[in-house]
Amino acid sequence: MSAVTPIDLPIDRSTEKQLARGEAKIEGSTAARRTKRRLTSRSATIAALIIAILWTTPTLGLLISSLRPAKEVATTGWWTIFSNWGFTFDNYVQVLAAGNTQLTMSEAFLNSIAITLPATVIPLVIASLAAYAFAWIDFKGKDWVFIGVFALQIVPLQMALVPLLSLFSRGITIGGVQLFSGLNQGTSYSQVWIAHTIFALPLAIFLLHNFVSEIPRELIEAARVDGAGHGQIFFRIILPLTMPAIAAFGIFQFLWVWNDLLVALVFADGTVAPITKLLAEVTGKYGQEWHLLTAGAFIAIVIPLVVFFALQRYFVRGLLAGSTKG
Amino acid sequence: MSQFLGWIATLPAWLQIILVIAAFLAVIGLLLFFIEIAPRTGRRYTAVRLAVCVLVPLIAMLILGSVIWAALIAAVLGGLFFLLDYRSRQGAGYLFQLVGFLAPAVILLAIGLIYPTIGTTIQAFQDNRSRNFVGLDNFIWIFTQPYGIRVVVNTIVWVLIVPTLSTIFGLAYAAFIDKSRGEKIFKALVFMPMAISFVGASIIWKFVYDAKPVGQEQIGLLNQIVVWFGGEPVYWLQNSPWNTFFLIVVLIWIQTGFAMVILSAAIKGVPAEQLEAAELDGTNAWQRFMNVTVPGIRSSLIVVLTTISIASLKVFDIVRTMTAGTNETSVIANEMYTQWKGFETGRSAAFAVVLFLLVMPIIIYNARQIKKQREIR
Repeated sequence: MSAVTPIDLPIDRSTEKQLARGEAKIEGSTAARRTKRRLTSRSATIAALIIAILWTTPTLGLLISSLRPAKEVATTGWWTIFSNWGFTFDNYVQVLAAGNTQLTMSEAFLNSIAITLPATVIPLVIASLAAYAFAWIDFKGKDWVFIGVFALQIVPLQMALVPLLSLFSRGITIGGVQLFSGLNQGTSYSQVWIAHTIFALPLAIFLLHNFVSEIPRELIEAARVDGAGHGQIFFRIILPLTMPAIAAFGIFQFLWVWNDLLVALVFADGTVAPITKLLAEVTGKYGQEWHLLTAGAFIAIVIPLVVFFALQRYFVRGLLAGSTKG
Repeated sequence: MSQFLGWIATLPAWLQIILVIAAFLAVIGLLLFFIEIAPRTGRRYTAVRLAVCVLVPLIAMLILGSVIWAALIAAVLGGLFFLLDYRSRQGAGYLFQLVGFLAPAVILLAIGLIYPTIGTTIQAFQDNRSRNFVGLDNFIWIFTQPYGIRVVVNTIVWVLIVPTLSTIFGLAYAAFIDKSRGEKIFKALVFMPMAISFVGASIIWKFVYDAKPVGQEQIGLLNQIVVWFGGEPVYWLQNSPWNTFFLIVVLIWIQTGFAMVILSAAIKGVPAEQLEAAELDGTNAWQRFMNVTVPGIRSSLIVVLTTISIASLKVFDIVRTMTAGTNETSVIANEMYTQWKGFETGRSAAFAVVLFLLVMPIIIYNARQIKKQREIR
């Protein structure tokens, strides 16, 4: 699990409006903002600068250390880089081949990709199907079912892990009849795909429902008059119109799965372990070999960082997704 | 399905990605196709519906590896569903569409969240083999052992400190950089830790806390600062109870960005007229901030506080990676995993239940707070 969480709690209307107003201002043109009188004082700017430096320094130290020769890393601080000059990619070469007895860091990196992509696409599709039904098909007890799905969000992951694992490995047997024989391979990604899919669903359904229900009724009725069934409406109207929301949630899901440790520890053993798991493992093993640890950590965080800096706009929008719709 | 997944597992990773996503999208495409033609009238469509209703459960049960007559029962149930759907008041095919849209999510939630949650709750009252009921023994064990109490206390310390400090830092920073030049860059710098995994962040901070014996040159930044000021290097992560606070710093470092982004949007949403009116009344910047801005963003503050509280209750990765719970730093989520690895399923489940019970009041408080505000307006 990663740190990023969109607002997933119910918010009252006025807060919603307030956040939407603020968001609109953030996204507004910079030219309009420059003309405004600056309200911040010089001391506030200095305080902000200090916080910004405090917040960035640890990451900077990691990056610099990962590029220094092993001997230098072990004996001198990274802030002495100018007096103890040295620059190398050896740490990266070395750490990609390192690992535990079953897999190397480069294989774990590949595993992370193989786990993350399906575990992002599958829940999004299933959740948007369900979100459509909750928004646009009337049925008895709809509100209660929806509240039930929403309430599942408060169940901590920890409650579900162990029984789900035994379900995967042993299947379900009721009265001696095997209803489901289990997935019975320890070395496939399937367990971790399914687990991530399930754990993502409550929040994904809730957020996507917010967006899907905002689509104008006339649009859907017009399509219905033209002879489109629910299948076509979903595929031709809902999917294209909610794409921004789906993309925003997709980024979150991607980061969650990529950064997750707990689910990986339980469901992805042996040769399918992702990079977070291997990294957590070697932290103990390599204890003081900081040139390897720093390089390994940087490999693990580089993809989320690239995603973050490339899609920052959507990221922030997605963070406010629960509060500001559409 | 076992065979399919088993076969897929033997392929190279990138091929697995493509195949699984393609297979999944194909199934969903087929589902949407059947949903689309479901409400159409005519014998042909009725026959298609009947075939789908009977065959889908049959095939699903077979590929899940159940015995043949269980699969046949599923097929019969599918047939009954067809009849129910056929006679539906909203017209034939209505139920079919509804189930088509909802079934994947509902089935997954039922087997992946509802069933396991019930299972864990039952296990919490059983012994470590999950055979005999032992009443409240597991909970008594947690709350009578000094170690178990320590775990709960640590978790509470996390929940008290992390949301408060992250929100204060986030609010201050959001206010400082509001409308300043380069606001976007300032934001990105503090927000960046959120994209980093807890594991990555743990390693970053472990490096900051690293200590070398006296006399050697320090490579951990914090100890170097201590040495610069003439102190002796400290093993930050070993001395209880302060080591917990050094772990807490990591989560604050991460969560401040979250608080900052939300509160920044909220601050910008405070009407400019209110601030101008206060300015005309001769208030200074601090008074305006405390008396106009903060009350104006009250509900956003509550949302931020509750969201971070829940995140800190569930904190696991940081403790696991940095100390693995040694030196009295363990928290509930970590202990739940540790006990499970030690084959103490009962105690592990009990910790999970305690966590659940601790999360609940925060959610209820949040819901009630919002209801109250709705009534005021």
